Amino acid sequence: MGHAADHAHSGHSPFFQHHFIDMRQQASSAKLGMWLFLAQEVLFFSVLFMAYFIFRTLYPETWLVAHYKLDAALGGLNTVVLLFSSLTMALAVRAAQVNAKKQQVIMLAVTIACAFVFLVVKYFEYMSKIGKGLLPGNLYSYSGDIPGAPELFFTVYFCMTGLHGIHVVAGIIVLFWLLIRAGKGHFNSGYYSPMENVGLYWHLVDLVWIFLFPLLYLVK
Amino acid sequence: MTASTIETAGHGEAHGAEEPSYLAAKKGLMSWIFTVDHKRIGVMYLASIGLFFLIGGLLALGVRTMLLNPEGVNIFGADNPAQYKDWYNQVFTLHGAIMVFLVIVPSIPASLGNFLLPLQLGAKDVAFPKLNLASFHIYFVGSLFMIYAILSHSLDTGWTFYTPYSTTTSTSVIAATFGAFILGFSSIFTGLNFIVTVHKMRAPGLTWDRLPLLIWGLYATSVIQVLATPVVAITLLLLILERTIGIGIFDPTLGGDPVLYQHFFWFYSHPVVYVMILPAFGVISDMITAHSRKAIFGYKAIAASSVAIAFIGFLVWGHHMFVSGQSPIAATVFSFLTFAVAVPTAIKVFSWVATLYGGSIKFTAPMWYVYAFLFLFTIGGLTGIYLGALSVDVHLHDTYFVVAHFHYVMMGGTFFAFIGAIHHWWPKMFGKMYNETLAKVACFLSFTGFNLTFFSQFIMGAQGMPRRYATYAAEFQAYHVASTIGSYILAAGLFTSLFVMIHSLLKGEKAPQNPWNAVSLEWETTSPPIEHNFHGTPVVTHGPYDFPEIDESQATGHH
Amino acid sequence: MMMTPPLAAFWLPPAASTFASSVDNLFNFITLLNIFFFILIVGAMAYFAVKYKRRSEDQKTSPIRGNHAIEIAWSAIPGVLLLVIFAWGFQGFMHMSVVPEDAEEIRVTGQKWSWAFTYPNGGTSNELVVPVGEPVQLTMSSVDVLHSFYVPAFRAKRDVLPNRYTVLWFQSDEPGEYPVYCTEYCGTSHSEMVATVRVVERDAYEAFMDELGGCPDGESLEACGEVMYTRYACNSCHSNDGAGGVGPTFAGLYGTQRALADGSNVLADETYIANSIVNPADQIAEGFQPVMPGNYGQQLSEEQLNALVAYITSLGGQE
Repeated sequence: MGHAADHAHSGHSPFFQHHFIDMRQQASSAKLGMWLFLAQEVLFFSVLFMAYFIFRTLYPETWLVAHYKLDAALGGLNTVVLLFSSLTMALAVRAAQVNAKKQQVIMLAVTIACAFVFLVVKYFEYMSKIGKGLLPGNLYSYSGDIPGAPELFFTVYFCMTGLHGIHVVAGIIVLFWLLIRAGKGHFNSGYYSPMENVGLYWHLVDLVWIFLFPLLYLVK
Repeated sequence: MTASTIETAGHGEAHGAEEPSYLAAKKGLMSWIFTVDHKRIGVMYLASIGLFFLIGGLLALGVRTMLLNPEGVNIFGADNPAQYKDWYNQVFTLHGAIMVFLVIVPSIPASLGNFLLPLQLGAKDVAFPKLNLASFHIYFVGSLFMIYAILSHSLDTGWTFYTPYSTTTSTSVIAATFGAFILGFSSIFTGLNFIVTVHKMRAPGLTWDRLPLLIWGLYATSVIQVLATPVVAITLLLLILERTIGIGIFDPTLGGDPVLYQHFFWFYSHPVVYVMILPAFGVISDMITAHSRKAIFGYKAIAASSVAIAFIGFLVWGHHMFVSGQSPIAATVFSFLTFAVAVPTAIKVFSWVATLYGGSIKFTAPMWYVYAFLFLFTIGGLTGIYLGALSVDVHLHDTYFVVAHFHYVMMGGTFFAFIGAIHHWWPKMFGKMYNETLAKVACFLSFTGFNLTFFSQFIMGAQGMPRRYATYAAEFQAYHVASTIGSYILAAGLFTSLFVMIHSLLKGEKAPQNPWNAVSLEWETTSPPIEHNFHGTPVVTHGPYDFPEIDESQATGHH
Repeated sequence: MMMTPPLAAFWLPPAASTFASSVDNLFNFITLLNIFFFILIVGAMAYFAVKYKRRSEDQKTSPIRGNHAIEIAWSAIPGVLLLVIFAWGFQGFMHMSVVPEDAEEIRVTGQKWSWAFTYPNGGTSNELVVPVGEPVQLTMSSVDVLHSFYVPAFRAKRDVLPNRYTVLWFQSDEPGEYPVYCTEYCGTSHSEMVATVRVVERDAYEAFMDELGGCPDGESLEACGEVMYTRYACNSCHSNDGAGGVGPTFAGLYGTQRALADGSNVLADETYIANSIVNPADQIAEGFQPVMPGNYGQQLSEEQLNALVAYITSLGGQE
């Protein structure tokens, strides 16, 4: 009596993990796991959002003046890029669900390319700030006049976009891993959990940016 | 005497003879370091937690010994009073940091939780075994940072790392907080794993209202771990940035606020005390039922109260900050909610005592620890009431009264429950019995020593003895001496427990599959369990504590 | 009403402020309730432990799993009691938080590791003296890290923050002397950051304030300096008898060659001593840390500074 008698199915995916009863349980568990991970990510970012709201309330004039130093056009571009990458990610997942291997690879590649574009734009934004001395806390050395506590505005800006950027980088690494696996034909209608769950992660990364952009770049 | 059916296996005793236990299944150091077996991971956590408890405990003995005299006792050979006080500050800080981050937070969930959760659910493992291993490796890496901090410039901020002291002192704050940051992820991943396992991998017939209360406790704990830990993680990162580049959010000279640190810190650190106690509540429920052969009194209330405590526990963090400069309105709301969270806790204690009614109670070593827990946790919980009351807390905050309160709940509560639980499940985990008499002697010594150590601290705290003091006014000396003597007795008790465990591993007699004749699923398989836990999939047909009914049906010959 | 309620006397210091006894009354009430519930819970536990001890292996146990009436009762009754305690604590706290209008305001400065008190006439001292029978408001801030000002006898406590003011008030109706502790961990000498609060008659209070402006008449400069040496808590870091401490001892200092941390040498004359008091970071002695607070220049009057220098000089090893 091994567990041959236990299998309620035959010919399961090579990626079936045997501590589960069946693929359905495995896929459902993986998805719940990812949602929980995303929940803790939201809490992770929430501290910075709290800091944003607290210091904006304490120094409203700082926020009003300092945010003009940010380039809303570049920020807007990044927003569009990320939104588009969420679309391509969703299409990649769909491609896996309908066994379209080539489409998966293309969509993942485009998603990764968009992520790189995002980072390149951020690089230019950061360089411009560094050049002007618009830096967090004690590093702040801007010669112009911003009232209140500009050091704190830029602390909030760099911490929030920096933490987000780290998550984009992590996303790129995971997306590359997916790309390789998709290229090898691992994903199909019977097994696409990794695609789906990375997709969820990527959508959260996008969603966080959609909050960051107006809060930082479009202060009224 | 099984009352659940295991498909494809025989009735009664599981056939352990053919398949080796999880301890013997694979051999060699690598088979442990890279195991994905939740039971081995649980055992490795148990050993690590035991090691850090030893280190943290020795530091505690150091603190107590240094406090025998109002001017201090120079046990480390400091060159002058300033150095002596610095060293004292480091000893109490390290004691707290090690105990909180490396011992109490992981304690029951990481060791016993890992071992028992899949077994009690009738599953082969947790949902993500590789993630589970990663949790342990992350714990190990986090502990290395802590060890590095101790060996390099030590740590003298108190385990709470309040700013601006923590951003300006010259000790190894960055290494220690980064270590705590890493340890946080170990905690998050364990919690995530448990939640998914409970939701998705329960055996057929194991409905939510048939879950052992340990599972409910671990579940509520896991929710807190997943939601609260990221908050302290980012807070510590911000602290590190404040120390390195001076980002300013906690620095008043740059427009920031040191009290903001306290809010962020306690938003995690209050819920984390429920992470510490909820699993202890869980093991108490399981033990008290098994050793009194009774169903739990008020199952639904106890299960629901765990969830209620987890939820309300997120809303009370400001009771650590009544005198910190927050507004009186905020303080009032926090005080009100603090009393709210006391009600579900009280319900549990009453329910446990009621469970004893009409029972058949065997005075085993685990039961000694259950009684000790009820005694000590009741004192700990009741003394929390003083601290929740605004006007009284003004007097008691940051005195030894608080120190006594949290040791009564965290050590008298969690740790006594933990040791009792280790005894209760020891036969299951290692297939050995332990010396019952010595285990009881250990409990008696620990209990006596504990009360002497900490009850005197309530008194001196109420009389105004502040905490974190290297030297003190002469009028408090008698209390300090009593407390120190108590700590040595407590240490003797704990070392005796350690001896009992080691002796059992080396020379203990072989344990039967179910020494307590309990009826939850972990007892349906061999002691120790085979690697895949069960032969086939268990099917559950009764609740976890249905002793009266099961005993009745057996007496009348039904199965 | 300043008496310590009877039960509290074992646990609590004598009640020396007007709100202390109400705090103590609530403390007592909680204590009585706690004793009652402790006896109830542990008593029931012990009673059941004995009564339901296992006497045989096949002993039958009760199938009871709950009882709605009992469970509601033991949720509701503690709930109500806790509400009462909450309300009582809230009321006391509000009373402690609202400063009476005519309070005498004294500024408190916390620093590592001493307290400085600045009185309405601008005089500063390390001693807190307050008038009896009148409300006193302490407006507090820190020059460095968090501290907390705690007078156990008054049941009063408030954290002291950098760059912000926090406020604490009390009224004491009988003369007396009570310890003041720092109760927010602040480093090496946190446990020695103590002070004393003296409650005296109004005229004694005013006389004390008057003296703070300078040296008492008729005293030699060295004797005045010796008083300043303790009043400004120099003694918490610098001994006057050769003993080691956070800062260098004053004994045998004057007139000697001083090795500095930067490797140079300097003569410890009056100029050096005076400069070391008002600009402590300029010349750090070898083997010591730059931790001396830099605001003594503002705290000391010219006369007090001269007195200190004279005193330190008198301890010196004239070569």
